[in-house]
Amino acid sequence: MDFNFSKSEEVIQKVAREFAEKEVAPLAEEIDREGRYPFETFDKMVKCGFTGIAVPVEYGGSGGDDITKIIVISEIAKKCGATAAILSIHAVFVQTVLKFGSEEQKQKYLPLVTSGGKKTAFALTEPNAGSDAATVKTTAVLEGDEYVLNGTKCFITGGNVADYVVVFASTDPSKGVKGLSAIIVPTSTPGFSVGKIENKMGIRASQTAEIIFDNCRVPKKNLVGKEGQGFKIAMIGLDGARIGVAAQALGLAEGALEESVSYMKERVQFGKPIAALQGLQWYIAEMATKIECARWMIYRAAYLKISGQPFTKEAAMAKLNASETASFVTNRALQIHGGYGYMKDYPLERMVRDAKITEIYEGTSEIHKVVISRAVLG
Amino acid sequence: MRIIVCLKQVPDTNEVRINQETGTLIRDGVPSIMNPDDKNALEAALRFKDEFGAELTAVSMGPPQAKDVLKEAMAMGADEGVLISDRAFGGSDTWATATIIAAAIEKIGNYDIVFCGRQAIDGDTAQVGPEIAEFLNIPQVTYVKNAKFEGDKLEVVRYTEYGEYVFEVATPVLLTAIKELNDPRYPTIKGINEAYGDKGEEKIRVFGIGDLVVDSTQIGLKGSPTNVYKSFVPVKNKVSEIIDGNNSKDKANTLVMKLSELNLI
Ligand SMILES: Cc1cc2nc3c(=O)[nH]c(=O)nc-3n(C[C@H](O)[C@H](O)[C@H](O)COP(=O)(O)OP(=O)(O)OC[C@H]3O[C@@H](n4cnc5c(N)ncnc54)[C@H](O)[C@@H]3O)c2cc1C
Ligand SMILES: Cc1cc2nc3c(=O)[nH]c(=O)nc-3n(C[C@H](O)[C@H](O)[C@H](O)COP(=O)(O)OP(=O)(O)OC[C@H]3O[C@@H](n4cnc5c(N)ncnc54)[C@H](O)[C@@H]3O)c2cc1C
Repeated sequence: MDFNFSKSEEVIQKVAREFAEKEVAPLAEEIDREGRYPFETFDKMVKCGFTGIAVPVEYGGSGGDDITKIIVISEIAKKCGATAAILSIHAVFVQTVLKFGSEEQKQKYLPLVTSGGKKTAFALTEPNAGSDAATVKTTAVLEGDEYVLNGTKCFITGGNVADYVVVFASTDPSKGVKGLSAIIVPTSTPGFSVGKIENKMGIRASQTAEIIFDNCRVPKKNLVGKEGQGFKIAMIGLDGARIGVAAQALGLAEGALEESVSYMKERVQFGKPIAALQGLQWYIAEMATKIECARWMIYRAAYLKISGQPFTKEAAMAKLNASETASFVTNRALQIHGGYGYMKDYPLERMVRDAKITEIYEGTSEIHKVVISRAVLG
Repeated sequence: MRIIVCLKQVPDTNEVRINQETGTLIRDGVPSIMNPDDKNALEAALRFKDEFGAELTAVSMGPPQAKDVLKEAMAMGADEGVLISDRAFGGSDTWATATIIAAAIEKIGNYDIVFCGRQAIDGDTAQVGPEIAEFLNIPQVTYVKNAKFEGDKLEVVRYTEYGEYVFEVATPVLLTAIKELNDPRYPTIKGINEAYGDKGEEKIRVFGIGDLVVDSTQIGLKGSPTNVYKSFVPVKNKVSEIIDGNNSKDKANTLVMKLSELNLI
């Protein structure tokens, strides 16, 4: 058993850390306050190859695997949860096309969305289909060589900035969940429009939009996989995506711990740095221990995935645990900062808000418990 | 077009402390980095590569671990690396270093531009670049702030505290870069995976003394005309003087006089 990074992973971590400090951290407060999508940071992430992680070089990707993905997403999340969310959700589209796309689709879309700078979204959720994703109502009716899409998706990360969206729609409503299909929709297609852009608690710079399909026609060849495979594709996509959300949570927790450690050494009360107070030392011990636990659960889930073993249960556990750890640790970190932690001059209150989403999206904590208990009870 | 970039591996001086007794750097546990000016030189070369498809060779002289800066350069986009390494090169001063690097550049051959940093953050002499140009007998422009091709002529802006010079130079030429030249890019994930894997290792050639045509009396500790006689940490003596005078004009005059006596203005 070997818990070490390879030399290239070490270097990637160093580079991602430098990138997060120099390119991501300086914008974090502003893009949160303004709820502004950081286009400039996305372009820089493209140049560094972050958008192409775990995609083979022949498709324009960067190579690497889920370990690389965890390293980069968590380093970015240390400084900005929203930027990490943008990267981690972009990867869901990319991995869906890589895993289920035809050779033609891979050749066409992957270079555009890995090194070509195009943005993406993954559109499953609808107003009445949240945790119960199987009840999707959006339809895609085949007319000649085209699918005609009608319906509304909500809470779609990047839905308003994406160039391509993978949409889960029913190609055969009579078959229920077995009638769902995954279809790639270029957002330049007539009939595609953006509705409400949500005003959110956290990850405010990663914009969350309603997207509307009104007789939106796309070529039949945009179908990913086969008709009726949509639900399976969505669930397998989300399995992998859990590792990304978990990495986001891990980074937030690590970032909050780092902030706390330096603050505790500087802040003086009762004539000595507050780091000397045992009550707070114990907080740090708990925070660090939970982070250690979260980290290795995530890397292990990734290891199982990379080595081709079943990983659904482990990825669900890693996501459940990491997201709860992120909320616990960021809250404790805010507490350690006292009144200053509550102020927007410090990043802690933002980290608390950014952490919360990791317990909700790409499957709520409760849904993860459903997945895990099913696997355990059989 | 072939561009050769000279990269020195240096201790990260942000993290270096000085042994007050011996006056030497405490290098233990200090991370090594690519010399900052050299990163600007590399970036300028990479931009020429992006624009004209130049072949880019990164060169470093140093112990085997200097391979790391070559790999970093390849992760950023350099095509290959040359490590100049031999016990016989140890203890070289700037003259000897430049002699050896010039010989390596001759061996690589067929180059249009040699790019160096202005200055290394440890040795700090800013001599090696100009010396290499002399040994290669090619023109040089130092303190380069901008470099671009106008047709087949290279237009170079040299930055000094008194003003800027714009030169048109013929190639082959040696340029030394300053940080104002550009913002170096980050290595890419793909670049890192290739450079730090087996592929990267294969793209690094190692030149020892047997590979180079050098006069052995001009290299290494013995061949170095400069010797470090003593190194010490300068003592900072703060003396302050309050200038008196009848009015502010008088005081200002006295101040100006004193400053010019000290050659400060
Ligand atoms: C900021 C943000 C970004 C998002 N981005 C995307 C995106 O890019 N693409 C996309 O498709 N979706 C996205 N979503 C949607 C997200 O995945 C859903 O919000 C989430 O799956 C929960 O669905 P819901 O909001 O409808 O909650 P509901 O499903 O209505 O859940 C309400 C409560 O009931 C609980 N619950 C539901 N079912 C069960 C059960 N079986 N057992 C126990 N408890 C249960 C839930 O855990 C929750 O506590 C995003 C959401 C947010 C907030
Ligand atoms: C064991 C040892 C003994 C030494 N003994 C002496 C000595 O006796 N006398 C003495 O004067 N100095 C000595 N030195 C220092 C050595 O001469 C300088 O480090 C070296 O010549 C470079 O000079 P510099 O650091 O001032 O670089 P600068 O001249 O400031 O560097 C300018 C540019 O030249 C290029 N360059 C410089 N060095 C290299 C390199 N190694 N590989 C690739 N490119 C390079 C880079 O592009 C750099 O930006 C010794 C060093 C060592 C390690």
